[in-house]
Amino acid sequence: MLQDKDRVFLNLYGQQDWGLEGARKRGVWDNTKDLIALGREKLLELVKESELRGRGGAGFPAGMKWSFMPKENDGRPHYLVVNADESEPGSCKDREIMRNDPHMLLEGCVVAGFAMGANKAYIYIRGEYWEPLQRLEAAIAEARDAGLLGDNACGSDWAFDIEVSRGAGAYICGEETALLESLEGKKGQPRLKPPFPAAVGLYGCPSTVNNVETIAVVPTILRRGTEWWTNLGRPKNTGTKIFSISGNVNKPCNVEEELGIPLKELIEKHAGGVTGGWDNLQAVVPGGSSVPCIPKPTCDSVLMDFDSLREAKSGLGTAAVIVMDKSVDIVRAIGRFSHFYMHESCGQCTPCREGTGWMYRVMQRMAKGQATVDEIDSLLDVTYQVEGHTICALGDAAAWPIQGLIRHFRPEIERRINEYTSNSAVAAE
Amino acid sequence: MPKLTINGREIEVPAGVTVLQACEFAGVEIPRFCYHDRLSIAGNCRMCLVEMEKAPKPIASCAMPAGDGMVIHTDTEKVHKARNGVMEFLLINHPLDCPICDQGGECDLQDQAMAYGYDRSRYEENKRAVPEKYMGPLIKTIMTRCIQCTRCVRFATEVAGVEEIGMVNRGEDAEITTLEQAIDSELSGNLVDICPVGALTSAPYQFAARPWELKKTMSVDVMDAVGSNIRVDSRSGRVMRVLPRLHEDINEEWINDKTRHACDGLARQRLDRPYVRGDDGKLKPARWDEAFTAIQARMKATAPERMAAIAGDLCDAESMMALKDFMTGLGVPNLDCRQDGSRIGTGPRASYIFNTTIAGIEDADAVLVIGSNPRWEAAMINARLRKRFLQTAMPVGVIGEPVDLTFETQYLGAGPDSLAELAEGKNDFAKVLQKAERPLIIMGSAVFARPDGEALLGTIRRFAESVGAVGKDAPEGWNGFSVLQRAASRVGGLDLGFLPQEGGRDLEGILQGCEDGEIDLVWLHGADEIDTKRLGKAFVVYQGHHGDAGAHRADVILPGAAYTEKNATYVNTEGRVQLARLAVFPPGDAREDWTILRALSEIVGKTLPYDNLGEVRQRLIETNPVFAAVDQISTEKWSGFGGRGKPDSAAFTLPIANFYMTDPISRASKTMAECTEAFILPKQDAAATG
Repeated sequence: MLQDKDRVFLNLYGQQDWGLEGARKRGVWDNTKDLIALGREKLLELVKESELRGRGGAGFPAGMKWSFMPKENDGRPHYLVVNADESEPGSCKDREIMRNDPHMLLEGCVVAGFAMGANKAYIYIRGEYWEPLQRLEAAIAEARDAGLLGDNACGSDWAFDIEVSRGAGAYICGEETALLESLEGKKGQPRLKPPFPAAVGLYGCPSTVNNVETIAVVPTILRRGTEWWTNLGRPKNTGTKIFSISGNVNKPCNVEEELGIPLKELIEKHAGGVTGGWDNLQAVVPGGSSVPCIPKPTCDSVLMDFDSLREAKSGLGTAAVIVMDKSVDIVRAIGRFSHFYMHESCGQCTPCREGTGWMYRVMQRMAKGQATVDEIDSLLDVTYQVEGHTICALGDAAAWPIQGLIRHFRPEIERRINEYTSNSAVAAE
Repeated sequence: MPKLTINGREIEVPAGVTVLQACEFAGVEIPRFCYHDRLSIAGNCRMCLVEMEKAPKPIASCAMPAGDGMVIHTDTEKVHKARNGVMEFLLINHPLDCPICDQGGECDLQDQAMAYGYDRSRYEENKRAVPEKYMGPLIKTIMTRCIQCTRCVRFATEVAGVEEIGMVNRGEDAEITTLEQAIDSELSGNLVDICPVGALTSAPYQFAARPWELKKTMSVDVMDAVGSNIRVDSRSGRVMRVLPRLHEDINEEWINDKTRHACDGLARQRLDRPYVRGDDGKLKPARWDEAFTAIQARMKATAPERMAAIAGDLCDAESMMALKDFMTGLGVPNLDCRQDGSRIGTGPRASYIFNTTIAGIEDADAVLVIGSNPRWEAAMINARLRKRFLQTAMPVGVIGEPVDLTFETQYLGAGPDSLAELAEGKNDFAKVLQKAERPLIIMGSAVFARPDGEALLGTIRRFAESVGAVGKDAPEGWNGFSVLQRAASRVGGLDLGFLPQEGGRDLEGILQGCEDGEIDLVWLHGADEIDTKRLGKAFVVYQGHHGDAGAHRADVILPGAAYTEKNATYVNTEGRVQLARLAVFPPGDAREDWTILRALSEIVGKTLPYDNLGEVRQRLIETNPVFAAVDQISTEKWSGFGGRGKPDSAAFTLPIANFYMTDPISRASKTMAECTEAFILPKQDAAATG
């Protein structure tokens, strides 16, 4: 369990001042100039050494992502884009960072921006996040007044500024290239890759898109040393992570913990346990609505990190733990996810546009048992036809929850179908 | 030159191609819907998925650049499964209305479903229905059939240059839509061609025929001087539709809406038998021999210098040759094929053709347009200019009436004075032209139809030489002096010398002569664009295919063949000789035009020395060897031409007031009338009411 001395987010619960003064007391903006003075090469090296993995869902190594940016400017500006469009159902960690410690994000932007040769960062914030937006903007104003941003950011001779842009409520705009499109003022639709944003990104310039949490932890890692960070967590899954625990638990919460903490410990220690006790647990969606659910037997022992969850055929995602006890109608619950993905599909490419609606409709019938047993396999086949065949990962995200459901709860679906069939047979007589 | 392995075969492909193109080089077919050679890549249909070694997922081959060492498989279980899946997704919400769909038989979705799809559907839910959209009189929409490939959006935005189509909503509610108004582009008909399914179909052609019933004839278009290559689809002696045919150097694979949709005019207002005007002043149907006798009697009674012949805009070279030979045989010196009154054509060939060539536009790095609206006078040339503009953002200056060419232009002034300023370097654009490596100067044909046309020709020639567009300062092989003709017959007529002979009158002279009673007989060969009131009391023979202005005035009408009804030669504005082919026979008693003249010549007693088409063509080649080089561009010698006088200051005017009605065929077309109503009249009304 994470000790208080190792916590990165010291004001996650908003009990202290979120402004510049409070942030400084917590060590934010402390010797930022020295961090920058390390130089681009060294910074990249340190971030790589820390094995920090992106906190937005895919868990891609941040240092490697940054190193894709051209080493020299070819005349085009470089951009850092912060993905604060936190829309994954179940996830609410970035909101707390921006609301309660916005300066952590701003300092991270300066350091990360410098490391990738960017003079400008855009924070693309979810439109519904009104209070975080207010605080973020206020914090930026404070930072500008204090000379932490501007032509000579933190006295480092590096010009750096940050702008905030609001999303308009589309989940797909959290996909990095759709986000760039939206930021440019176009319809949020993912771009084809290659070229990747590091080559052709925002306004055709080299860009890197990172999650809020990824950026916000960077200065702390640099200040406390990569060794400290890699000693936390598990190999390749280093450091701490904010988990958003919701659903059938006694005390839903955001909590910072070491990666690799057992799921059971996480829920029992921080969220007050599953309602009705651990044995009342039915399943957990461990990383936001996009990842497959895992049933109780797996939950008993699984560790909460990228690789362990992948072995359990699920994923850490954004670490939004959705707990479902036995009172939950699991088929309907996953069917609700399907509705979400149908509604949020951008409609650009065929498998996702057509497949999400198909899956949703079948799921609705399955929830009532109004289907045949054969259709379960046919539905599973449809999910495989969507997965991996789309431009972005939304197709995968729509397919995985259903795959997880069928993998672990096929008997339940069959039971419903048989029940419905026999009931309707009786009614027919 | 990346080398990659496709299905076990190593192949080297040009740098910059995509995996899909590389597969085509290797002779491997990749199914696709959204991908189109001439449009940007969308990568959204996902039909072209292939397997690439070391890639975790199948890749969209249309969007993936071919790289060295790639190993591609297109024939694996995984690829088949992926194609199957995509096909199934495309079909779940596609209506099963192929039997009543106009795309049936030439539908990409149909064909590819046969080749790559399942033979049954697993989809048990309700299908989606999408409301129809209004796209104007040319395009019928059945949006439920749409597969959201966005080809139409990309065509409208990129090629046509009208941002009037887009996709709204998202997910399965995504729809292609317009701004609830007709697509105001002269290229809109191409949307029907690029739509891979039956969502956008041709409105005038709806439910008219099935593709397998049609006879396909490869021909060329005569609605403008571009000579777009077309395919004429006919059934039981009637032209059903006109489609574009690929010619990379002319129209690529597009055609304009007039080329495509004026064909219904071929069945209206036709002259299908000879007529002779009776003593009561009314035209009466007659037999050929009656008509010929009437003409012969009149010709006998008229001195050669009191006769004249004018050739119109749609005439083929063969018939103009025959008419010229016939007239000069009689000793008639008054010939003119320039019914717009143009003053050019007597000089070297380079002075009246589009020397740069259409494909050559793609080498230009600065353009000056003088007195022309290429969008209406030669829509395909404007499309080329736009293509080049999108590639390089080359500067384009316009002198004349301000026009919207669908790309950015710099307006430099209204008349010859602005040209003079440019020549004196008083305008910044002069520097642009000077600096440009390959400047292109496009002159509308109407520029030379002014009384000072000869002087303007000289002025512009000297200007072109001074900025290095042509002549000794121009790069080797570059000639940026380009006259944009707008009549299909014009260059051919000039090439064979259908011009005033020794001591003969030109168009103005002929008309003046008619008014003054000095000309007694005028032969109008499809000439309808002249002021027929000026023909005075002259005896008028009209030879042509449509009952238009010329026929109304005529005393004898000889029914000829339209461009789809004869094997004929046309020379386009680049000087490219092309052959039109007979798709259907002329209606009723109408005959191919040169044969009419051949028959009459015998009656008149000056028999023309040819008995078949081959001999007429031989005669053409003897007159001008360019006619021997079909579909070839000859580089013309550059020499001094044009007058030395000073042009007057009157502003240039545009010759076309209505793109959709410029010749007898399009004026007879119901579809073109609908287009006029939809696109032209509202603008004229708006202009009139201010």
